[in-house]
Amino acid sequence: MIKKVTSHLSQNEALLFERSSPGKKAYQLPELDVPAVDAAVALGAENVRQEIEGFPEVSEVEAIRHFTRLSTWNYAIDYGMYPLGSCTMKYNPRINEVVARTEGLAWAHPYQPESLSQGCLEVMARLEAALAEICGMDAVTLQPAAGAHGELTGILLIRALLAKRGNPRKKILIPDSAHGTNPASAAIAGYAVESIKSSETGGVDLSALEQLVTSDVAALMVTNPNTLGVFENNIVRVAEILHKKGAMLYMDGANMNALVGIARPGDFGVDVMHLNLHKTFSTPHGGGGPGAGPVAVKKVLEPFLPTPRLKRAGKKLAFDYKRKHSIGRVKAYYGNFGVLVRALAYIQAHGGPGLRNATMDAVLNAVYIRKGLEPYYDLPYQSPNMHEVVFSDARQAKLGVRTGDIAKRLIDYGFHPYTVSFPMIVHGALMIEPTETEGKLEIDSFIDAMISIAHEIETDPQMVKNAPYNTRTSRVDEVTAARKPVLRWKPA
Amino acid sequence: MLDACGVSSPEELFAHLPEAVRLNRPLNLAPGISEYEIVQYFRDRAAECATGYASFLGAGVYNHFRPVLVDTVVSRGEFLTSYTPYQAEIAQGTLTTIFEFQTMICQLTGMDVANASMYDGSTAVPEAAMMAVRATGKGRVLVAKSVHPEYREVLATYAKNQGMPVAEFGYGAESGNLDLEDLERQMDSLTGAVIIQTPNFFGIVEQVKAAAEIAHRHGALLIVVFTEAVSLGLLEPPADADIVAGELQSFAISPSYGGPYAGIIATKEKYIRQMPGRLVGQTTDSRGNRAFCLTLSTREQHIRREKATSNICTNQALIALMATVFMTVYGKQGLRELAEQNLAKAHYLAGKWKPRFSGKFFNEFVVRAEGKSPGEINKALLKKKIVGGLPLGRFYPELADSMLLCATEMTKRADMDALAEVLA
Repeated sequence: MIKKVTSHLSQNEALLFERSSPGKKAYQLPELDVPAVDAAVALGAENVRQEIEGFPEVSEVEAIRHFTRLSTWNYAIDYGMYPLGSCTMKYNPRINEVVARTEGLAWAHPYQPESLSQGCLEVMARLEAALAEICGMDAVTLQPAAGAHGELTGILLIRALLAKRGNPRKKILIPDSAHGTNPASAAIAGYAVESIKSSETGGVDLSALEQLVTSDVAALMVTNPNTLGVFENNIVRVAEILHKKGAMLYMDGANMNALVGIARPGDFGVDVMHLNLHKTFSTPHGGGGPGAGPVAVKKVLEPFLPTPRLKRAGKKLAFDYKRKHSIGRVKAYYGNFGVLVRALAYIQAHGGPGLRNATMDAVLNAVYIRKGLEPYYDLPYQSPNMHEVVFSDARQAKLGVRTGDIAKRLIDYGFHPYTVSFPMIVHGALMIEPTETEGKLEIDSFIDAMISIAHEIETDPQMVKNAPYNTRTSRVDEVTAARKPVLRWKPA
Repeated sequence: MLDACGVSSPEELFAHLPEAVRLNRPLNLAPGISEYEIVQYFRDRAAECATGYASFLGAGVYNHFRPVLVDTVVSRGEFLTSYTPYQAEIAQGTLTTIFEFQTMICQLTGMDVANASMYDGSTAVPEAAMMAVRATGKGRVLVAKSVHPEYREVLATYAKNQGMPVAEFGYGAESGNLDLEDLERQMDSLTGAVIIQTPNFFGIVEQVKAAAEIAHRHGALLIVVFTEAVSLGLLEPPADADIVAGELQSFAISPSYGGPYAGIIATKEKYIRQMPGRLVGQTTDSRGNRAFCLTLSTREQHIRREKATSNICTNQALIALMATVFMTVYGKQGLRELAEQNLAKAHYLAGKWKPRFSGKFFNEFVVRAEGKSPGEINKALLKKKIVGGLPLGRFYPELADSMLLCATEMTKRADMDALAEVLA
């Protein structure tokens, strides 16, 4: 039975371009306090456009209604649980939004004098130090814009160090359970990618690793806990195998929400890692960004970090641009500063003990869901899980219902689906990460919904296959979208 | 909950971790503080920064007014706290706004298709270069020296390990425009991409058509970069480009000490499958109603892994939404009027301090510091609560005596007059 939601009216809304009519406006500009100039003269007549053909013309009321109506067609954390595995959809505290808009920070120009930017630099220095402590690493760069950008940065650092030692090597090893960004980032850094099959327990297979680590291997990119939510218990041994052969250990920090305050990658042999501030550190996903992907490294990699580096010169902070071993810049300016402000606010609000408590709650929630759903869904890997749990649709598939169908039915129950069909080592995966945000009420309601769907599949599998029913948009034809791409509006 | 999990304390949930990996001390971080204290901390930091100063800085980051509707819209939890719209049935809000965004970027740039956003302009440039290299099968890239220097630095970082040699061509010492003869001289049959910026880093409007003619004659694609999106309210769209890579910071995105901003890549229809980043397409739902979804994802890393067109995953959806609201609020008339105001302010300022280059400029231009160094002038200006222009010596040793000045609709006449007084 569906308890969490009831349908209500939602407004229809046309596209902006269909709402437009000539002469409508939603803007006001002040009177010009200098003489107007003739654009054709100042810019050259050949350089001046006639008009922006098709651009919207709506009133202020139409504009606000347009976006408000569209907003109600979205699901959001503010509506309820968002159990996307490996995405860490936790509550986005509004204090973060307030402080990021503080005038002297939000309106700081990246080229204003350093003497008038000390507050910005202090925020960055404090965040670098906090992240280094959380990761057990020696230095942090805040420049990368998101997780994949951090991965690329990290692999470039490894490449630079190995090149300086005489040979950048050719390959990066990546477990078959990894996020797709890992191999894509390694390729952009100029490396060939070799996949390692996971062991029977879903971890890195040590004997396979021993064989694969040759003098051609630059690094292993490992996610820990891995995408099954399972901690790599052999991680110290993994690091030893790599280090013995002169290779490095890269850690994808996407799942850091399972470790903060409990274990530190720097203490278990990781040489370089990235964090996703939009996951572990509560900055909003915003429908797909912005993020921030700081990279933390051991001392040996510090000389190669992107320019500029923050340094303390007496009482003042300054940027150091003269770094001859640096890999260069990965982004203009200094990083997604506004996201950094939010992450620091999160760290300050929690403090050391609070961060550790959050980790424990996140793991408790995931283990509780595992216990609740184990009788109803197949659990392909039995190792203890941490912040997320991965089931398979093996039982339901026998009745013709796949993980994607269960996900769509979950929408009818008022929840966002879990991550579907990932990791790829689990056939028909249901990857569930509740985060610490959820209390028992919401989680019990989620478990009830999943159990109810399991029963529905036994009695009426076809009904589940056609879900969702209660959304304003029913199942979307993605095949036609890809076959005949319509990527922009055009007048009829 | 502990009972259900079969443990007596949350710590037991971590009992399976090897002793060697566990942190057996508290994190060395201060205890948590209250909301009030956090607000105060950041206010104190903000007070250490430039507040209450007039500023003539541009150089890729512009001081434009943010219409209040922008924050009203992006503060809605439905946009702020949602994930990438993979589940189309409950993400039509985000998907529809991205489709509108893609459409407006096409209308502005004269391209056929635009993606859902890149991290920023600086990273859009190497992504566009890699795209051109894939499309032409030719690995060499020629980039104009008048492209934003930090963008060129990012290009160099990406190019180094891609087997993508990058060479630079110059600008006219008189005009500040592209040195087309130098471009012609350096073109060869191995070059797959020519990259220019308009208005360029010196604020000067470039000869897109002429650069396109040279690039195309040699079988290369032309990539046109922009950092000042407001200029597109007045300037002819760069329709002769094959790829447009730009920065939307000017569209209601606060400077925020360098980010987050939003980049774009737009291109011609025939290069769609070489594009990086997410794309939203129109389709129907099972009831036959119009609906939108992410599409052509076989280009992307979560499907193609190491063979993907890019490693980008998270991009800048919420920032792109800011730009979408901005473009909606200003609309067809407003963006033009806004651009005209920028043009008028910069030309008023140029009447006080003569531009170094003769090329036609939009809202920023280079001036020579007569008698004093740019640093000394800026020091004198700071005393008047004015942040002067960007000294160019750091990026262009040959322009060590010069600085880049910017005026926008936010620049007051009185401040421009005050600037002139310090110079006098």
